[in-house]
Amino acid sequence: MPDSIPADSVGLVSPQTLHINAPIDLESGRSLPAYDLIYETYGQLNSSASNAILVCHALSGDHHVAGYYSKEEKRPGWWDNIIGPGKPIDTNNFFVVCLNNLGGCKGTTGPTCINPNTNTPYGPDFPVVTVNDWVKSQATLADNLNIEQWAAVVGGSLGGMQAMQWAISLPHRLRHALIIAAAPKLSAQNIAFNEVARTAIKADSDFHDGYYAVHDTLPRKGLGLARMLGHITYLSDEAMGEKFGRELRHGSINYGFDVEFQIESYLRYQSETFAEQFDANTYLLMTKALDYFDPAKAFDDDLAKAVSGIQAKCLVISFTTDWRFSPERSQEIVNALLSANKDVTYAKIEATQGHDAFLLPIPRYHDIIKAYMEKITTESGAL
Amino acid sequence: MSLRPDLQIIVDWIPAGSRVLDLGSGDGTLLKALQPNEVTGYGLEIDNSHIAHCIHSGINIIQADLNQGLPQFADQSFDFVILSQTLQAVKRPDFLVDEIIRVGKQAIIGFPNFGHWQCRLQLIFGGHMPISKTLPRPWYDHANIHLCTIKDFEKLCSDKHIFIQQRSIVDHAHQDSLGIKFAPNVFGEIALYQIKKF
Repeated sequence: MPDSIPADSVGLVSPQTLHINAPIDLESGRSLPAYDLIYETYGQLNSSASNAILVCHALSGDHHVAGYYSKEEKRPGWWDNIIGPGKPIDTNNFFVVCLNNLGGCKGTTGPTCINPNTNTPYGPDFPVVTVNDWVKSQATLADNLNIEQWAAVVGGSLGGMQAMQWAISLPHRLRHALIIAAAPKLSAQNIAFNEVARTAIKADSDFHDGYYAVHDTLPRKGLGLARMLGHITYLSDEAMGEKFGRELRHGSINYGFDVEFQIESYLRYQSETFAEQFDANTYLLMTKALDYFDPAKAFDDDLAKAVSGIQAKCLVISFTTDWRFSPERSQEIVNALLSANKDVTYAKIEATQGHDAFLLPIPRYHDIIKAYMEKITTESGAL
Repeated sequence: MSLRPDLQIIVDWIPAGSRVLDLGSGDGTLLKALQPNEVTGYGLEIDNSHIAHCIHSGINIIQADLNQGLPQFADQSFDFVILSQTLQAVKRPDFLVDEIIRVGKQAIIGFPNFGHWQCRLQLIFGGHMPISKTLPRPWYDHANIHLCTIKDFEKLCSDKHIFIQQRSIVDHAHQDSLGIKFAPNVFGEIALYQIKKF
């Protein structure tokens, strides 16, 4: 972290773990006998518990959204630019909660945890989890924090899908849903990208059908490749061009297959770091949760019907150069909400950064979140 | 702060409790003015800079381009669709009017009258594109690509078999006058129409 804690940072933080000693029945038909949820909170819960915000993470995110774990930590939580005192999600007003989702690899029960039945890591035997399962476990966390109703559930990408699912599944338990850079379901192209990522992981000779922990190894190449592919889809052509262009690492081309262009070097670095920090089985699970997300399915494939029970007001945001979940996909959500006569606001943000834009401090984007959060504060009176 | 007079006329025309769609809603002034009357609905606006302001005002604002029509809305799904001072800025006003009366049971359309005597004089004797209080910018620097006169608009309504329920034609101070009553297309600066499908 910087030498001194910035005034708009939540500062030093530490995670907490909630142990749920009761089974959870999962959408797949399987269940977990007990589980841990690791989470962080920032700000103060008010006496009426009306100022709580749930932040849902995306594919490779975790519960460490804001602040620093120690003075040595170089980078703050993954969405630190939006959460903190005076920031768009203002911790002077709101009590912010974020957890690592079930199946994760950062402290919540997932494939790297010990399976009580075998006393070895779950690995590939960890049950497939869905967005519905996450909402269910997040609601259990809310119960334990004595939060009957979230002021808002907020998320980008897969996190936005969770916000949407919350509004559909538990309409009375949130007042607002902020659905950012999301889609009402994946397209065939989206699923195809996920399948290439999974194939890369499974094809790694160190994968061992998912039992790599038993073999004391990691499928680094496969997971790295999956991440490379993901990364390309999160950026726009424009953003990559701006950042790397055709710049060469050593000034001239070598007519060989070593890393020559800066973009190659960047992707390799990203993939290598990621492969050390993230669990491959978790990656497989998260991509499956994305593929399966389809709230309209239970409503005759009619999205307007699916959202008809929503009570929360919705803010939908998309980014112009996002081709992973394009503005047209957000518009589908908006159109469904409009035809169901729901309270909805939609903003399409001009941004060159592609899907990644939702994580970046783009002024107009942050202005909109800030205005929306201030509206929530005003609506609730003095929170 | 008092409301811009043409917007006040619109507020007066819309019964309490109506469900409305405000096209080109700008900073949301009209919808905010309608809130005390329990009027609900959405504003559509293309300009980025207005969205945060509308959110602050508690308006359901949807960022959208009117040139794409209104495909996201079902037939007759609003009591009123409002288009104030924007008709002249869209690519195909005739298509938008079709969309407006498809989506709205009734519609209110307001525009600056290009047939006003000052416009006519400037064109005839000055030989240049008119500049007036309602059209204050030079021809190369405004969004008004399809200016029309009161006569033009009424012909469009007649061609499309649209029923004009009421109209209000005023000057730039939004005053009625004898001249306007006598020759609205010459003396009227701003025209407001309440229309619906026959």
